[in-house]
Order: sequence, then C-alpha cells, then structure tokens
Amino acid sequence: MAAPDKVTDLTSAVATHVRDGMTVALEGFGHLIPFAAGHEIIRQGRRELTFCRMTPDLLADQMIAAGCVSKLVASFFASGSAGSLHEVRRRVESADPEPLEVEEYSHYGMVCRYQAGAAGLPFFPLRSYAGSDLPKLNPLIRKVADPYGGPDIYVVPPLRPDVTILHAQRADRSGNVQMWGIVGAQQEAAYAAETVIVTVEEIVEEDVVRSDPNRTVLPAHAVTAVVECPGGAHPSYTQGHYDRDNAFYREWTPISRDPEAVLGWLDEWVHQVPDRAAYLAKLGAERWSGLAVAPRPSQPVDFGRRRVAAQGAS
Amino acid sequence: MSTSLSDVAPSSTEFLAAVAARQLAGKRRVFAGVGLPTLAVDLARRTLDPDVELVYESGICGAQPEGLAEGIADSVLVSGAAAVLSMPALFSYVLQRGHVDVGFLGAAQIDRWGSLNTSFIGDWDRPTVRLPGAGGAAEIMPNAGECIVVLRRHDPGALPAELDFCTSPSPVRAHEEDPRMVPPGHGVSTVITPMAVLRRPEKLGELEISEVHPGLTVDDVRAATGWEIAVAEDVRETARPTVEEVRLLREEIDTVRLYLR
Repeated sequence: MAAPDKVTDLTSAVATHVRDGMTVALEGFGHLIPFAAGHEIIRQGRRELTFCRMTPDLLADQMIAAGCVSKLVASFFASGSAGSLHEVRRRVESADPEPLEVEEYSHYGMVCRYQAGAAGLPFFPLRSYAGSDLPKLNPLIRKVADPYGGPDIYVVPPLRPDVTILHAQRADRSGNVQMWGIVGAQQEAAYAAETVIVTVEEIVEEDVVRSDPNRTVLPAHAVTAVVECPGGAHPSYTQGHYDRDNAFYREWTPISRDPEAVLGWLDEWVHQVPDRAAYLAKLGAERWSGLAVAPRPSQPVDFGRRRVAAQGAS
Repeated sequence: MSTSLSDVAPSSTEFLAAVAARQLAGKRRVFAGVGLPTLAVDLARRTLDPDVELVYESGICGAQPEGLAEGIADSVLVSGAAAVLSMPALFSYVLQRGHVDVGFLGAAQIDRWGSLNTSFIGDWDRPTVRLPGAGGAAEIMPNAGECIVVLRRHDPGALPAELDFCTSPSPVRAHEEDPRMVPPGHGVSTVITPMAVLRRPEKLGELEISEVHPGLTVDDVRAATGWEIAVAEDVRETARPTVEEVRLLREEIDTVRLYLR
C-alpha cells in the first residue's frame, strides 16, 4: 500500500489546522524561519494565538502587529543583528496598542520544554536559574529535590503546541522531511506538537530521501502536512538555497519603530499578496538573485548494500 | 608582529576587541556571541592561537567562516564547520557538560559579583526598557569555565549597586540561594569597559579594578562605578592595541565595518 500523500497548499494547511486560540510554535533558529506560513496565518486573520518561538525575530513583530497573538512564549526578544523588536517593545513597555502576555525562559529552558513535550515527560531538569530572578518572573520555572540526593534542581514544564510549523529544504510526498545546516530544536518542537505543518523548498522523490536517511529530521509519522513553498523562509535563509536578506532585517528596524509603517508594510506585503510566489515576484528577480549562494556540496556517503546473492548461497 | 602601539581611543571597538582578544591566551573552546566577541575571537585566532575553537549557541562547532558572520546563525558559519549539532545537544552535552572554557557575554547592567541584567530596565511589570532577555546567557554563566563581559558604557547606570533584574546570576547569588547549587563555572572573571579592565579572582568574590585605560586614573574608574569598587594591589595601565592588531581588525577582519564603529 502506498504511503498517504500529505502534500497540500499553504492556504489549505493553515485553514485546516490553525484555529483561533491555539498554541502555535513556528521554529527555526535564525535559519529556516517559516515566514511564508506566518504570513498566511496573518492573511487568514487568526486571533488569540499563543505564539511560541525561542527567538521571536521580526516574524513575531509582524504577527503581533497583525493582531494574531495574545501571548508570546520565548527566550530572546531581539532580532539578531537588527536589534530591537519595536512592536514587541511597545506592547510590553506601554501596552500600546494593547498589552501582550509574555512567558519567558532562557534558550535552554525553551529547548528543555520542547524536549519534555516531545518525550512525553512531566518536566525537564536543567542546571540553570540558581540565583536568577527568572523563576520569580515566571512561576512555571520550579525547583525540585533530586531523589538521588544531589542538590535541588530547577525544572521546566513540557511545551505541547497544538501546531508546530517548520520550513525545510526538502520532503517527499509522504512527509519525510530532510534538513541541513542549523537544525535548532525543530525535531523536538515537532514531536512535542499535536499537528505538524512543514513548508519545503522542494518536494522530492522518495528515492532521494532514502538515499540519505540520516538527513531526515522528521520521519513521515511525525508530519501532518507538507507544502511546497520555494523561498518560504525569506527574509531568513535556507542553507544551500538562498542567503539571509540582511538588508531586509536592517530595513525592518525603522519600519518597526512606527506602528503605521508596520501596518502599511503588512498591507502591502501580506494582505495584498495572495501567496509566497506572488511575494517573491513582488520582491523582484534582482533582489532575489542577490541572495543566491555558490555551491558547496557535501561529499556523498556510501550506505552500502547487502550482497543478497552471496548470503543466500548457504 | 609589530609592537608599535596605536593611538585608537580606549572607548573604540578596536580597543575593546584587542583587549578582549588577549584574554583568550591559552583558551581552547570559546562560546561566542555576535558583534564584538566575533571580532575578538577572530583577532585571537590570528595573533595568539589559530586553533581556538569557536562554538555558537546555534549548534555550530569548529566554525571556519570564509566571511564575517552577521549573527550567530549566519550561513557562513555553517559552511566548512566541523559540526552542526542540534540545540539540545549543544546546550546539554557541549555546554552543560562542561566543554566550554570561555563564554563571551554582554549586558546592560553588571553588579559587583558579576551578575548580569539583560532583561529589564525599571519595573519588571512595566519596564522603561524591555531588553532582549536571557537567550543562552543564563546557561553560559553557570556552565562555561569562565565568562568575559564586554560593556560599551562605564557609569553607575551600567555598573549599579543593585541590578534592576538578575538574568544571569554570579555563583555568589547561587550560593545565597543554596550553597549546594553553586554551579561548576567561575562566573564572570573579566569585565572590559571603555575605562578599565575589572577582574574577579575569587569565584565567590567581588570585581576589582585590575587595569586602567590610558589617560584615566583609578579614581576616575571608582567615580564611574555604582558601588565602592575594590582595587587590585598591582593596578596597571591597559596595554594599547598594536598597530598590527588595529590593521587586522580594519583591513582583514571587518572590512565592511559591520561591527567596528
């Protein structure tokens, strides 16, 4: 029996699986950030989401400004080289235009939450937070006794998103997802979730996946829907496909300072654009080709193959 | 290398990066952040030891970038690296298990024991400034062998008697909470500011003035610090960057002036 075909389009995937009030994780640590999927959530007008992302990045600025998010679960509140996320700051510092609930951890605290969620554990211990004010800020960071007699240790609760959305280089039609470069905590974030949507640069034949099984970060059993979405991580990047649009990140800072400018940008680049193909067309061939990378292929590895005839001889 | 000294200002990025690079003598594995630490590590690889291994919280070990990285998740750090680990592996096996010698950290505020605030200025509930938060710093502080902090300001606001919030605690604060929970790392060993180099020789001790930058006095540094800061027995003048170090920074490391200002 053939494996079920999980390929769909982004509009359907978001319409089917992302509903108001859900806890939604969009992960990718500076790499493979699922911008196209975030923009589709904005276009479909989702509300009251609990948005989970270790480094919110300017994707958080955009989704919060669009009114999709009532709560942010995160561990860093800036945008790499581009500096502050002003939409986040306005809401936190002056509740403008409305307050934003924030649940805050350190990076490893968030990683441990995904690990606990992915492994079905009640909590996860880590050697951080002793002496820190973070447990006072976030009472979900708790201290427990070591049952084996060691010192007390802090633990974090599992994070179990209703939906985790990722971007990757490639997948086959049944949903085996392959990824390379920085893989962050994507495997954990996916296994922690009820439903997993993955956008990919290309859908490939099953033989391609099976030629290199160690490259598979998510087997098909962990994936609900696959969407072919070239350029789906812009302005972040996809290793081996296109580089980070650093100019865009710098351009965002002045936009982000002005609430009207943010809404204007969302109107022009999200609401008035039907999908990622149209977004890339609007971006223009010149800008896109400026992000092209030169090839640097890995050396193929040999998985070998059992010599069936020789074995069968006995 | 030329030993002739440059005349770059002590507050300049060149000065701070060169002083930071020298702290890496004899260190093997460095956990680097973005910006000035990137420059310092690159300079140290050229002037001290080409085998200093760079580890990034994005999971990259043994990076050999062909260009200047714009961020800790830049693709140039990945291409040609020795390994790219998942973040659970990086934080648990590499960092928490004790494989990192030195962590570089920045902060908005540091106190006398080397605890850091990167979270809030003002009230926690309605802060005057919402800072970036913990990131990986709350893990680097307890688990790296030692931490070097580079501050862009030296005044009582940046070095206050009391932090507005403690994001990444010194072992001193961990000890106050529970002596059994004192982490394996030393915490902050060295602070480089636009005025001075401060050191914290004892794991449970206070920072003291160790070097004062050219043109400044110990009293200048004390007056700009928010507590009665201790002074080391043998305070020296900070050695200026050499002409060659400044040339490397400008002409080979940061040719586009991404971080040099």
